[in-house]
Amino acid sequence: MIAKNTNISIPDFTLSPRIDQVGVEERASRFTKRSIKAETKKNGLLLTLNMIDLTTLEGKDTKGKVQQLCYKAQHLHDAYPGLPTVAAVCVYPSMVKIAKDALGTSGVKVAAVATAFPSGQAPRDVKIRDTKFAVAEGADEIDMVISRGKFLEGEYNFVFDEIAAIKETCGNARLKVILETGELVTYDKVRRASDIAMYAGADFIKTSTGKISPAATMPVTLVMLEAIRDFYYKTGKMIAMKPAGGISKSKLALHYLVMLQETLGTAWMNNEWFRFGASSLANDVLMLLEKERTGVYQSANYFSID
Amino acid sequence: MAKAKNNTIKLSFDTQYAPAPESKSSAKIEAKYDLFINGKFEKPSSKKYFDTINPATEEKLSEVADANAADVDKAVKAARVAYDKTWSKMPAKERAKYMYRIARMIQERAREFAVIETLDGGKPIRESRDIDVPLVANHFFYYAGWADKLEYAFPNKKIAPLGVAGQIIPWNFPLLMAAWKIAPALATGNTVVLKPAETTPLTALKLAEIIQESDLPPGVVNIITGAGATGAAIVNHPDINKIAFTGSTNVGKMIQKAVAGTDKKVTLELGGKAANIIFDDAPIDQAVEGIINGIFFNQGHVCCAGSRLFVQESVYDTVLRKLKDRLESLIVGDPMDKNTDVGAINSKQQMENIHKYLKIGEKEGLDMYQSNCVLPKKGYFIRPTLFTNVAQSSRLAQEEIFGPVLTIQTFRTDDEVIEKANNTAFGLSAGVWTDKGSKIFNLATKLRAGVIWANTYNKFDPTSPFGGYKESGYGREGGLHGLGAYLIN
Repeated sequence: MIAKNTNISIPDFTLSPRIDQVGVEERASRFTKRSIKAETKKNGLLLTLNMIDLTTLEGKDTKGKVQQLCYKAQHLHDAYPGLPTVAAVCVYPSMVKIAKDALGTSGVKVAAVATAFPSGQAPRDVKIRDTKFAVAEGADEIDMVISRGKFLEGEYNFVFDEIAAIKETCGNARLKVILETGELVTYDKVRRASDIAMYAGADFIKTSTGKISPAATMPVTLVMLEAIRDFYYKTGKMIAMKPAGGISKSKLALHYLVMLQETLGTAWMNNEWFRFGASSLANDVLMLLEKERTGVYQSANYFSID
Repeated sequence: MAKAKNNTIKLSFDTQYAPAPESKSSAKIEAKYDLFINGKFEKPSSKKYFDTINPATEEKLSEVADANAADVDKAVKAARVAYDKTWSKMPAKERAKYMYRIARMIQERAREFAVIETLDGGKPIRESRDIDVPLVANHFFYYAGWADKLEYAFPNKKIAPLGVAGQIIPWNFPLLMAAWKIAPALATGNTVVLKPAETTPLTALKLAEIIQESDLPPGVVNIITGAGATGAAIVNHPDINKIAFTGSTNVGKMIQKAVAGTDKKVTLELGGKAANIIFDDAPIDQAVEGIINGIFFNQGHVCCAGSRLFVQESVYDTVLRKLKDRLESLIVGDPMDKNTDVGAINSKQQMENIHKYLKIGEKEGLDMYQSNCVLPKKGYFIRPTLFTNVAQSSRLAQEEIFGPVLTIQTFRTDDEVIEKANNTAFGLSAGVWTDKGSKIFNLATKLRAGVIWANTYNKFDPTSPFGGYKESGYGREGGLHGLGAYLIN
């Protein structure tokens, strides 16, 4: 069932570590007290751009919209020399081929949401077909959703098996598992779902679909980063992290980087191991970079809105 | 098809953040400070001054007057006159007005206070800015609120102040301790002679400036500086009605002896050697954060520091690994940098004292683990330190070190850890970490400590009483208990 993890013994997920709400929120707020200046700030902003999964997930997505987004992914702001590209473009499976063609050899990955995104309310064979289609179209990464209903019913084996089945379907594509933390509500449940996802074969764990509020928060992300650290110590295997939704300001993105750095360390500080799922974050980062470079804020009119 | 490029850039977010120093421009420090007696700054009759230095740079900040017995007498006389003529006669709501005014002025000058507290004492600016100074203002606000409601605080009791209070405070929270002492005394109608510690007198003298500007009647608060001899002159002065002392257990014992046979009232808040207890069902990551906060907050210069860690054996390896990880992420260095977590040791003498204990630990054969941080070349700094393999009989587990040094012991059962935690000469505070509420209540009733924190540590609030058992002293400060200590009962 779990091709890559056969040598790892599966723990009892009802015994996942408990999380103290007050404590984790206090710890998360400590990261926001770090004062990030000068070179550190500039490096952090460039890194943030390079970690973005530029996303469009709308019923009204069209070929034209996706193509324009893909151009933006490679040319964030050509007025500023030496900018990196974003990490990936995140679209529905039907748009994968269009994105793939538009991105060519740029190195920008194509991520596809699959498994009856965003609700996940579909039979397993439908989810597997959904995933197969996205992979066949050329998706480099699959963003799946867990069955939150089953999870809340306590059917942890069901959730585990489903993730494992999708992982098998993914082949070489990396699997991001979306917990939809806004529907799990408590930190204890976020931690338990993180553990299930990682042991079942997730390459990434991801907070949210972006369709539910609250989406990513710092404390939720911290709980997941600590789960990743514990998993790494137990198995030696690195798991990547993707907070998604609700991160639209560069200052907040820098706080996330501080949290990442001080929780998992430098090995995770690149887009192979950390992503921001966001659409409006890029422009805010660009505005701040231009401000650092020129000393003045420019109006939003100077930054493309794709 | 051409091979796809790798779009991962080789940019690392710097492992050492760029310097983010707080500006010193808001802090005005005079070259020389006199004694604040009867509403005026007066030269000491000793004509002597001593230096106060920045422990992070070893540079001199200013010099302050050394008060002798004659100066103490002058301050006590001024306090007595102020008590008899104005303060004890003033309507309580008028007293409250002055206190509210002082609280607001502290808030207005919060940044200046924070900067000077950090320069003079070595604590990180983050702590003085976010913890010390806001708490100082809160104490004045809180007790100002009680000033005209004392009959509700103590129903069916005649409310009467004690008179002149002699107050001696330590160097670990210089301004906060001044607030803890002055605010309840003023609210209840007492007048004050306060002596800050000799290594950290500046914020108390700044407070004197605010008191002067607030038009508080002269003599109600007198602030005089000096070392042990000055403190002794206060303790032994015959016209003082109450001694409030926070500091070492040794000095506390001397005060206790000195006031024996007099009618002086005394409250003593002395040392501690708190047990911080982690059960295997605790939220481990938050507990680790609590341990770190418990022992490295203010460089461990905290009387209620969680300096003895007890870990249930079944989670010992996990906790130790996480503790070491977290230790490495602590930023140790320039206290004025906004990113510093652990600042400078308060004085050379205290640094030597901590080194003495590190040597004892080595001699006892304990396993020592220190953070690999790079320490500044100048100034008094000590790496955050853990000792494992510690037995209850080790001196490091018994004596108060008052520095960034944690001893770690293991335990098996609830009864065992209660017994070990109580097996100490001190009894100021304790911490309990477990997800199980019943266990918290069980331990809270059986641990002999004045404050017990559950799933948190080092939380302070003006409404909450604070004080110890056994060699940690007696009497309570904060909350209603703190008011009662300044009234005739």
